[in-house]
Amino acid sequence: MKFEIVKMKAIWFFLFALLTLSVTAQERSITGKVTDATTNEGLIGVTVLIEGTYTGTVTDIDGNFSVKVAPAAKLVFSFIGYQSQIIAVGTQSTLNVALKTEAKGLDEVVVIGYGTVKKSDATGAVSTVSSKDFNKGGITSPQDLIVGKSAGTVITSNSGAPGSGSTIRIRGGSSMSASNDPLIIIDGFPVSNSGISGLANPLSTINPNDIETFTVLKDASATAIYGSRASNGVILITTKKGIAGKPMQIDYNGTVSVNTVNKYMDVLSGDEFREMSLDLASRSQVGLNMGALTRLGKSNTDWQKQIYQNAITHDHNLSMSGGVKSMPYRVSLGYTGQDGILKTTDMKRSTASVGLDPKFFDDHLKVSINLKGSYTTQNFGDAGAVGSAVAFDPTQPVMNGNTKFGGYYTWVNLSDVLPNGSMNPNGSPNPIGVANPVALLNQTDNQSAVQRSIGNAQFDYKFHFLPELRANMNLGYDYFTTTGHNNAPDNAAFTFRNGIGRLNDYKQAGKSQLFDFYLNYVKDLKSINSKIDATAGYSWQHFYKDGSSFVRNGDGKQVSDNSKFINENFLVSFFARVNYTFMDRYLLTLTLRDDGSSRFSKANRWGLFPAAAFAWKIKDESFLKDVSAVSDLKLRLGYGITGQQDIGNDYPYLPVYRGSTATAQYQFGNTFYNTLRPNPYDANIKWEETTTYNVGLDYGFLNNRFTGSIDVYSRETKDLLNFIPIAAGSNFSNFLTTNVGNLENKGAEFSINARIVESKDWKWSLGFNTAYNENKITKLTKTDDPNYPGVDVGGIGGGVGNTIQNQRVGYAANSFFVFQQVYGTNGMPIEGLYVDRTGSGGTVTSNNLNKYHYKKPAPDVTIGINSRVSYKSFDFSFSGRANLGNYAYNNVASGALYSTVYNQSGFYNNLPRLVNNAKFTNTQYFSDFYLENASFFKMDNMSVGYNFVKSLKARVSFTVQNAFTITKYKGLDPEVDGGIDNNFYPRPRIFVLGVNLTF
Amino acid sequence: MKNIIKSLAVILATLTFTSCVKDLDVVPKDPNIITSLTVYSTPAAYKEGLAKLYATFSVSGQQGPSGQPDIAGIDEGFGNYLREYWNVQELSTDEAVIAWNDASIKDFHWQTWAPNDVFIAAVYSRIMYTVALCNEYIRATEGKTEPDLVKYHAEARFLRALAYYHAIDLFGNPPFVTEADSPGAFFPKQTTRALLFTYLESELKAIETQLGAPRFEYARADQAAAWTLLAKLYLNAKVYMGTEKNAECATYCSKVISAGYTLSSKYANNFTADNNLSTEMIFPITCDGQHTQTYGGMVYLIHAQIGGSMDPAKFGVGGGWGGLRTTSALVSKFTDPTGETDKRAMFWSNGQKLVINDIGQFTDGYAITKFSNLTSTGAAAPHAHPDFVDTDYPVFRLADVYLMYAEAVLRAGNASDAAALGYINALRDRAYGNTNGRVPSYNLQFILDERARELFWEGHRRSDLVRFGQFTSGSYLWPWKGKVAEGVATASFRDLYPIPANDLGANPTLKQNTGY
Repeated sequence: MKFEIVKMKAIWFFLFALLTLSVTAQERSITGKVTDATTNEGLIGVTVLIEGTYTGTVTDIDGNFSVKVAPAAKLVFSFIGYQSQIIAVGTQSTLNVALKTEAKGLDEVVVIGYGTVKKSDATGAVSTVSSKDFNKGGITSPQDLIVGKSAGTVITSNSGAPGSGSTIRIRGGSSMSASNDPLIIIDGFPVSNSGISGLANPLSTINPNDIETFTVLKDASATAIYGSRASNGVILITTKKGIAGKPMQIDYNGTVSVNTVNKYMDVLSGDEFREMSLDLASRSQVGLNMGALTRLGKSNTDWQKQIYQNAITHDHNLSMSGGVKSMPYRVSLGYTGQDGILKTTDMKRSTASVGLDPKFFDDHLKVSINLKGSYTTQNFGDAGAVGSAVAFDPTQPVMNGNTKFGGYYTWVNLSDVLPNGSMNPNGSPNPIGVANPVALLNQTDNQSAVQRSIGNAQFDYKFHFLPELRANMNLGYDYFTTTGHNNAPDNAAFTFRNGIGRLNDYKQAGKSQLFDFYLNYVKDLKSINSKIDATAGYSWQHFYKDGSSFVRNGDGKQVSDNSKFINENFLVSFFARVNYTFMDRYLLTLTLRDDGSSRFSKANRWGLFPAAAFAWKIKDESFLKDVSAVSDLKLRLGYGITGQQDIGNDYPYLPVYRGSTATAQYQFGNTFYNTLRPNPYDANIKWEETTTYNVGLDYGFLNNRFTGSIDVYSRETKDLLNFIPIAAGSNFSNFLTTNVGNLENKGAEFSINARIVESKDWKWSLGFNTAYNENKITKLTKTDDPNYPGVDVGGIGGGVGNTIQNQRVGYAANSFFVFQQVYGTNGMPIEGLYVDRTGSGGTVTSNNLNKYHYKKPAPDVTIGINSRVSYKSFDFSFSGRANLGNYAYNNVASGALYSTVYNQSGFYNNLPRLVNNAKFTNTQYFSDFYLENASFFKMDNMSVGYNFVKSLKARVSFTVQNAFTITKYKGLDPEVDGGIDNNFYPRPRIFVLGVNLTF
Repeated sequence: MKNIIKSLAVILATLTFTSCVKDLDVVPKDPNIITSLTVYSTPAAYKEGLAKLYATFSVSGQQGPSGQPDIAGIDEGFGNYLREYWNVQELSTDEAVIAWNDASIKDFHWQTWAPNDVFIAAVYSRIMYTVALCNEYIRATEGKTEPDLVKYHAEARFLRALAYYHAIDLFGNPPFVTEADSPGAFFPKQTTRALLFTYLESELKAIETQLGAPRFEYARADQAAAWTLLAKLYLNAKVYMGTEKNAECATYCSKVISAGYTLSSKYANNFTADNNLSTEMIFPITCDGQHTQTYGGMVYLIHAQIGGSMDPAKFGVGGGWGGLRTTSALVSKFTDPTGETDKRAMFWSNGQKLVINDIGQFTDGYAITKFSNLTSTGAAAPHAHPDFVDTDYPVFRLADVYLMYAEAVLRAGNASDAAALGYINALRDRAYGNTNGRVPSYNLQFILDERARELFWEGHRRSDLVRFGQFTSGSYLWPWKGKVAEGVATASFRDLYPIPANDLGANPTLKQNTGY
């Protein structure tokens, strides 16, 4: 109901604004030239506007302009990188203007929680990336815009699948079992982190072209205003807006990209595989007998070539923006059609957004309305084909003429032997045989359709009787519905259920609503040289999700709808912040947030999260004021506590029972009964708390041609929400999410942005950032038992239940846990021989105490580097990044074993040539030999562009994304999300042709 | 414009002062989630709660075949009670080997398992999980007088005793919780084997009269189930608490034997999709192709036994997983392994080698054909499914009780009990289809071997070998015992499994079993 009211008001405002457009008369012509104040050269492309209107012009290549104005008019001259000027025309007919370059950064406004602050007055560790600095090219998902751009923000895409998601970590992760994702706030609306089924990446419903800035809040003093969800940082996304008084501008922005396969896994060819199999058989190895050899095929199939393709992506965006009198507006439409390099995968997305920012009562009431809608369809195919294509026997053909499996070559059971000794192509499918990768793709029908709309209306009212006081109300919603299925026909051999196939349907709907209200009071107290900026408010957010999924039963019938679920939780918060400024150079920020979460019992529900920060603008001290080389210097100190409650379970403190599905019943007599199970619960579960300390220095030299910052931080999380083993018999499971353990992150960040060359024709800028982070688990059990062996995590491929990582006190989270390989004199690892680290003798691998913690998937150091060079209308830019000290478990290599060449149940597996590095026959999954240094440098994108400015404002560009990688890692791609590399959907190399047109 | 301000104020007032803080008191809206306050509001709910206690042995969670698992820290199918109980009882003996590379699974063959073994942790967690759920149910049905609820209450106590029986046998000194311990964050105190023995004995005797009469409803725990469990406890009393209780064992075996059970006409009928019809079934764990789906239990046993040249269709399933076989030690217990003479020799030798060179190769070692998802007539199972099976697991059956009786009377010093010899020969007559298999007398070693022949792969072997002092040490060797092809002596502390390292970390009051 409340939202309906808002919507109606919005329409009403819009009509009102249209009706009050005014028209002016008595125009005359005025001409002139705009120059750069320092070089005196003409400036092209300067916007010349009649103040308060949307009419005006743009200067030509020599800086000249001509415009018709009314006598009393004022002209506004504006140009990116220069200070705007407003000049009254008077009676003159020529008007020459010299624009001064803008002292960059100082007057920039950064968004912080519930408000904005001048960058120069910010007290927290905040970094902003705005649209001009975004990564270039065919970017289809918002987070890709800032990969490598913000120190300490590590963004790892999960795979190369269209619309694939990313893992975002700010200063390492501060949680264990609870979410490590930062809070993402889009135009003031905090979006839920929980996944949307049928959508690989919830952020992908936002059109990247609509985004104006990303602001990353890193330390607690900046994030504490979002207390409950701020432990892992906050990313504020603001979308593009129209500008008051500007004429309507239409922008078209389109790209066409070709996605290509970067690299294939190097596997044996059919001929080589036959040769190796014969060789192994001649040495009577790995169970290869004569019978097995008859099952080798005669083909030479390159399975990887069969499943990959060059794929095209189209991306088109059209936006209209401007200001109708006092109401800026922006309307945009976008369409992205992306085919994956893995056949049968794609994403199609249509987006629309509307932004209106009207003002009323002499700007006393500012309203900001943002509506975004998207419709996304995805084909997921079956990414299992990636691994199958590596493993499938290259001597077999794609099709073998069978009539049972759609013709796709299929491994059949050994018992399906024909009288002539050959295998019956129409036998029953071998349930453990590798699935035909082409069949996996062509017979899988795995699609989803997602509709999502996010919107909010913000009302900011400056009191007429007390202009220092503002009231701000924000109403928002985020609704989505999704439907999808993952089906395979009855003849799909890989379902191993001949005649039944697979029929999985699912649907989900989510609703989140937000209500924020705060009062803000700003007062200059000149008498005591102070300024106070105080905010106090209240926030309410509701999260609701329901859904269900169906599977087909053994009799081919659909199982009834008993998988239905409903999740719901609420967050209610009170918050306050005071910014106190003394003598314009000593800044103090105090923040307090009191958060209530419905996930905790009444006794533990509320968490109080305080933060304090102090900043000293050293530059403004008398001893630095006149030192022209130093243009900015500010010291920041911050401390704060933030909380975390984002765990999967919405009712972890409530004793509840869960019913069973109709497939988990139990039989008494001849009747089957549903069952009722008490779920485990922790009546005392409470907030996880992270305490952060941060020291930072912001600097600028030589008129801010060199700017940047240095930060050092320490974060300690206690009472971790941790899914850990609990005392057997004490609760209704063996694991429970409860508050146990401590974790710490320490690190440092450095960034510099330099405008190295700035002349009329040549410009060269360079950005560099680097971050170091060290993560350590400091407590893991209630008793702090030093002998506690930790919790195994990180499941690997090969066998079931094998894990390669272990959480243990004193080591980084997700450290690898392995046996130490012994090497021969030739440098080759000796199969099955490991260092007896306990010295207790016997079989080393029989004693897990011989395993040790060795390396971890998170990088020690991350580096981002980007540069832009322009000469007249040409420009070239690149953006690259490096991760150092990150290790990956090469699961593809550890699965490359001679013993897997032939499986006793009658099928072959191909081997990657990686097998030659170890030449192992049997599984040695836990050898540290397979842990490889996955440090890398990646050139994420290189772009050249040309700007037309004369008659038509346009830009054409050509970009190569994922241009090259420098690494010692032996697998296909060293950037492995989670550190276990097991045939993930490869990231393509993308060639992008882009066109921007502005009318 | 004043309207705007007004409506702002109204919205503000409604939202702030009425809804906000109260919203935090959520009540689950999910139709599958019920709060504990209202859960047992109908008689049907009590039956569903009881069904869960039984289901803890059979399925892995609330969403067959997988999803909403009961326990964590292990693959859901692996974490199934029956599957892991079977593994710890069989893979550690001469009766079974497995080809796979799953975590530390081969440590069972070699008797080299460590306290952080995931499979041992799984069966331990499963036992204590069932105990905790039974405790909750016992609390909920405490003091109820409705006849059905009295029975349910007693059945819950039986199932808890069954779980604790596995604990006393496998771990000796487990943590001990009863209905007096409400769920929460506490450290259950460890009990001793002897104390646990006394407790189980008193529990089973206490519920004897409250349980249903033998065979009152299929798959429900009845008096005969409790008597069999008591008999098992007494038979192993020397191992559990140091004193022989063979006379008591024989007494309770006799109660079962006289309760109307008869041997099924065909041995194989105890292991088919319609084995619920077997007249010698005392207590099963049920499975069903459509209603009781899991990747553990009988689904595991039937699929994993199929490999090599065996045709899955002949076992009523869609495929084999090529895992389980046996060693030559079991095969040699039969004078004729072809199954022509003694029909219990259900081996598959076609394409299989008797001698195991490589445990990882399915074709090394004879495969077993004992369990099937076809009915006794060879027809498809009533709820046939390529993945999931109808075959129930025989926890207790009459043949086992016959042999327990024979062993107990012999251990009690009565070497010429005519009834005992009669029971043994009844089993051999059925096995041979004639009287050629009859024996004139028997000794203890014969009983152990006969138990292997009759009950192999039914989850008894490890306990039997321990009772006979042949599980560890060098008194009995079989292929790959101690990680040597011909077998080698192992340390006797391995007669007990270790308390899992996870629980030692989570519960500081626990002490590890000797030797680990």
